[in-house]
Formats: sequence, C-alpha cells, structure tokens
Amino acid sequence: MHEMSLCEGILQTLEQQAEVQDYQKVRTVWLEIGALAGVEVEALRFSFDVVMEGSLAEGAKLEVISVPGQAWCIPCGINVPVEQLYDPCPHCGSHQLQVNGGDQMRIKELEVE
Amino acid sequence: MCGICGCGEGPVHLDEHEHSHEHEHEHEHDHNHTHSHAAVHSHAPGLSQVRMVQIEQSILAKNNQYAHENRRFFSDHGLLVLNLVSSPGSGKTTLLTETILRLKDDIGIAVIEGDQQTARDAERILATGVQALQINTGKGCHLDAHRVGHALEKLQLQDHSVLFIENVGNLVCPSAFDLGEAHKVVVLSVTEGEDKPIKYPDMFHAADLMILNKIDLLPHLDFNVEECIQYAKQVNPRIKILSLSAKTGEGMDNWVQWLKAELQLQLIAYA
Repeated sequence: MHEMSLCEGILQTLEQQAEVQDYQKVRTVWLEIGALAGVEVEALRFSFDVVMEGSLAEGAKLEVISVPGQAWCIPCGINVPVEQLYDPCPHCGSHQLQVNGGDQMRIKELEVE
Repeated sequence: MCGICGCGEGPVHLDEHEHSHEHEHEHEHDHNHTHSHAAVHSHAPGLSQVRMVQIEQSILAKNNQYAHENRRFFSDHGLLVLNLVSSPGSGKTTLLTETILRLKDDIGIAVIEGDQQTARDAERILATGVQALQINTGKGCHLDAHRVGHALEKLQLQDHSVLFIENVGNLVCPSAFDLGEAHKVVVLSVTEGEDKPIKYPDMFHAADLMILNKIDLLPHLDFNVEECIQYAKQVNPRIKILSLSAKTGEGMDNWVQWLKAELQLQLIAYA
C-alpha cells in the first residue's frame, strides 16, 4: 500500500505549491502514471480521497493520464511497446530491453482557485 | 505527522537536516515563480478565480531529493551502501549476521534495520558487535530516504566502511523508494518459489544483484534454480546472481568477494 505514501507526497507538493503559486483550494489534480511505474491506480484513487480529507484538496477530482510502457530493444535497436517488465520484444522475442518510457509518476497540472 | 515523506512518524526534525534540502528545493521551483507572479497580476487581489497551474513534478521528488543528499553523504565518506530487499523470511538478517562475522575484522560495518515493529533484528545485529539502528515504520510498508537520512545522523559511521540497510520485508513497495544506496540487493530464498521475479517484477527490475538464499534446502524442494534465474533475467537482463546458504556457508565467499570489490570501487571513486 505505498499508494498511501504517494498520496501523502502529492498532498505535500500541493501544500507547498499553494504558497508559491498563491492558491487556496485545489479542484482537480492531473497525474501522469506510467504503466510500468508500479502504481495501482485504483488503490491510488482510494488513498487520494482519504489523504486529501480536511486539506486544501478535500473533494478534489483526480484525473489520471495513463502512459504506455516503452523500452529500447537492444537487438532490434528500436523502441518497442511493453505492458509488463517481463514482456519480451514483440519483434524479436528478446528480453534485452531497457525501459525508457512509462515508468513515471508525476503531478502534471492542477486546477486551483 | 512527518511533513516530508508522509511516513506517519511523530515530529519532523527538519532543522536537524542540512540546509541544502530547502535551498535546492527553491531552485527547483524557480520557473514556477514566474507563473505565480503572472497569475497574481492577472486578477484583482482577494477574488478567487479558477485557474490552471503547471507542476510537472515527480510524486517521488521529495524522496528523490533526500536520496540524492544521502548519496552525496555516502560518496563523501567512501561508504558502500546496500539496500537489502526481500519478502519477509528470506533470511536477510541471518545473511547479514553471517556476513558481518566474516568481514568485521577487516572492514567497518553498520546496519540500519527497517521493520514495522520490534527491535529484534537490530538486537541480532548488535550481538555480532557492530553498530545497528532499528527504524520501526509502524504501519509503513517501506523505508524512505528521509528516515534513512535521520538514521545517518545517529550512527557513527566510519569512512570507507559498509552500511547495510535492511528494508522492510516486502517485495512491492520498497522498489519505488531510492534511499541513496549504491545497489538494491534482492534476497530470494529457495523456499519461496522460482516465479517470484515475474510475480513481483518491479523489485527484481530495480535490483542490481539477486541473492538466492537457503540453497542447502534445495534437495528437499522442487525449486528450479535455472528457471528462477531465467525469470530474473527476463525482468532485468543486467541483474547479477549469487547462490548461497547463509546457514551452511556455501557460496558465502563469493558474496564476501563481491562486497569487497564493490567497496573497492567506492574507494576509487572517493579518492
């Protein structure tokens, strides 16, 4: 359940940014979550509501932008889509893959007032 | 509530920390100031107005900042730091006590123990005669770089030594949290089943070394070592693998050699 910790991290960023960016309330939070980030989006949604309670983001809407996984296939020398870390290259079947996309978990944008 | 990492621990001791954290942080947000000023000027003061704010910040940014500070500390002191991760019961603590007994006369060693509750593991380490510090995460499922940073303040670490961080027994959450270590070392015991690497791919992907422990039990089990290694390589083609039994000592020499070589690499970088 590290999704709870992740939400605590999000809340800290929201609170910190509230001072810098001069807002009192957060209405919507856009997150970018990669397919290979090890984040369970449903658990994140559940934790988000719990953690935001009583904060400047209480009742805020959570929008998750999913980013597909991508890896560089060393034998093929091209980027290929991967859904899991153990997937082989869809072209050559090799596991010599270096993940280079879809492993991020980022706060992208906020709607604030 | 800890205001830094959300670990749910009591008071924050931010003031004990190096000031560099906060300074660095301000720098990181410099670009945001511009937005903020523009936004402030665009509407009358006191009126609430809905607007969009670009953040573009990793959710783990805080942890990563602390990890960066820890890593710099380790590098400044020529410390080899290993983050030991596994499911509960893989034999991490026994592996550590056996490793310490083989190395402590030649190399300085300290251990940070992470568990949800009790100081039992730290006590086992202390009994070997080296420094150990227990961190109880309470309901937390992993160690984070902030807590490790505070632990560093309490330990009297010797330059050019080895620090083991035994993470909470959990094959999921600790994979996402960089502590500033040189390597994550995942310990898998042969009693667990050979398919763990693909069942918990994040951890095996994040680790640089896999230790296959309790190999003395292989004759009594159906564990397929080759298949296990194949799964681990499938998830992480770069992972190195050592097979050993901390109990009988089989394979321990290779592990000790690996540690010494890695420490040597740290010293070269330190020099």
